Amino acid sequence: MASQRTDISKINEKSPYTEITPGNQIYGGGGSREFKTGEWRTQTPVMNWEKCAQCLLCAPFCPDSCIPVEDGKRQDFDYDHCKGCGICAKVCSFNAITMKEGI
Amino acid sequence: MSIRERMSGNEAVAFGIKQVNPDVMPAFPITPSTEIPQMVSTFIANGEIDTEFIPVESEHSSMSATIGASAAGARALTATSSCGLAFMWEELYIAASDRLPLVLCLVNRALTGPININCDHSDSMGARDSGWLQVYAENNQEAYDNFLMAYRVTEHKDVKLPMMVCQDGFITSHAVENINLLETETVRKFVGNYEPENYLLNSDMPMAIGPYANSPFYMETKMNQRLAMKNAKKVILDVCNEFAEISGRHYGFFEEYQLSDADYALVMIGSAAGTTKDAIDNLREAGIKAGLLKIRVFRPFPDEEIAAALKHVKVVAIMDRSEGFSATGGPIGAEVKAALYDAGADVIAVNYFYGIGGRDYTVEDAEAIYQELIEIGNGTKKPEQFKYIGLRK
Repeated sequence: MASQRTDISKINEKSPYTEITPGNQIYGGGGSREFKTGEWRTQTPVMNWEKCAQCLLCAPFCPDSCIPVEDGKRQDFDYDHCKGCGICAKVCSFNAITMKEGI
Repeated sequence: MSIRERMSGNEAVAFGIKQVNPDVMPAFPITPSTEIPQMVSTFIANGEIDTEFIPVESEHSSMSATIGASAAGARALTATSSCGLAFMWEELYIAASDRLPLVLCLVNRALTGPININCDHSDSMGARDSGWLQVYAENNQEAYDNFLMAYRVTEHKDVKLPMMVCQDGFITSHAVENINLLETETVRKFVGNYEPENYLLNSDMPMAIGPYANSPFYMETKMNQRLAMKNAKKVILDVCNEFAEISGRHYGFFEEYQLSDADYALVMIGSAAGTTKDAIDNLREAGIKAGLLKIRVFRPFPDEEIAAALKHVKVVAIMDRSEGFSATGGPIGAEVKAALYDAGADVIAVNYFYGIGGRDYTVEDAEAIYQELIEIGNGTKKPEQFKYIGLRK
C-alpha cells in the first residue's frame, strides 16, 4: 500500500498542480522536521552557558519543542523551528537566556 | 423489492441513514432538521445501527467533529439548517479543501435575519462557493434517493469532496407523502463499505491532513478542487445510472418536465417544482407549450447541459428562492444566464424571486408567470427583471 502513495519529498514550490496530493495530504510522519519555520522569528534566544544550571525548566515550557535534551542536559536551541516567543528567557531562573533582536 | 411507505422528508433521510449505517454522526439540533439526528439517535438507542452519535455544543463543533471523523477514516455525516449551516461556514471550506467525502443532510431554511424558520434557499446558496457538491430534492422520495447516492459520489477516487443533500424545510422535511423504499440489503450492497486509502487512524501509514498552504500552494490546491468538481459530473451520472438499475428511478443533473417542445419555461430548484408541474399540466390542456427545468445538481453546475436543454425555448423565467443582494439577480439566475450566454443561446431570460422566507408559491402564481412569459414572447410586454413573486404592493 505504502508504495502507492505520492512521495511528498518530491513536492516543492515548483511542482505543478497535477503533482500535488489531494487536499495537500502529507504522507509519512515527522514532516515538520523538513518544514523550517524558524525564519518567522523576529527575536532570537541566546544561551549564556556559564549561567545555565541545567535545571531543565526551559525545555518543557518551550511551546515548539525547540530545546532538545540529551543525557539529562539541555542542548542549544533548534533555530530551524524556534519562533522567538521568549517564554524560555522568561522562565529561566538564572538569567541564562537573553533575547536578541532579529534572527 | 421496494417497500411502499408514508414518510416525511426528515423520516426518509433518517431511514436512509439507518440503512447505510454510517460510522459517525455528530449533530446539533436546529429547526427544521432536528428530527434527522433525533431519529438516528433513536435507531442507535434501540440497537438498530451502530453509528457513533456525538452530541456537540454547536454546529461549529458538529462540522468540526464530522471533519475529524472523516479524516480519521470514518464514514461521517451531520445534519443542519439555516444558521446552523452559517455557523459551520469556516469548516465547510476546510472539509472541501481537505477533500473529505462526508455528507451534510441540509434542510433548507431562511437565514436570519429577520429570524424565520421557513423554507428558502439562502442557507445553501450562501455556501455555494464553499467547494461542496450540492444536490437538491423536490420531495421526500428524492431526498431519500439523493442521500443513498451521496457516498458513492463523495467517496469516488476522482471526486473526494463533501456533499450537501438538500431538501426544503417543512414543505418536504415535515410533509408526509408516499415513498418507495429499497430493501436495506440492496442499499448496503449499493453503497458498499468505505475503505479509504489514506486515513489518520492507520498507524502503519502515518499522514497529516490540512497543512498550511500559503501562496506557493493555495492556487494549485484550488485547481485540484476545481478538477474534482468537474470530475464529479461523470461520477454523478454513473451513480445515477447504477441507482436506476436497483430502484427504477432515473436521475440526472436536472429533470425536464414537458421541456423538449416548450416555448416558455421555468428553471427552479426544490419543492416548488411540484407546484409548477401542476400549472404546466393546466396550461398544456389549454394548448400552451409550458415546460420546466428542475435543477437537481447545483454543484457542480451543469452549465452546458442546462443551456442545451433550454436553447429552443422562447422565454425562460429563472426562479431564485434566495436573495443575492447584488441588486441584480439571484444565484441561479446569474449562473443560468451565464450558461445561456456562453452557449450563444437566443433565449429571452428573466430572473424572479419567489418563496423567500417561506412565502407561498401557488399554482396560480406559476400560471401567471407563464402568462407573462407569453406576453414577453409576443412583444406585448417588456421583460421586467428581478421581480418578487407574491410581494405585497
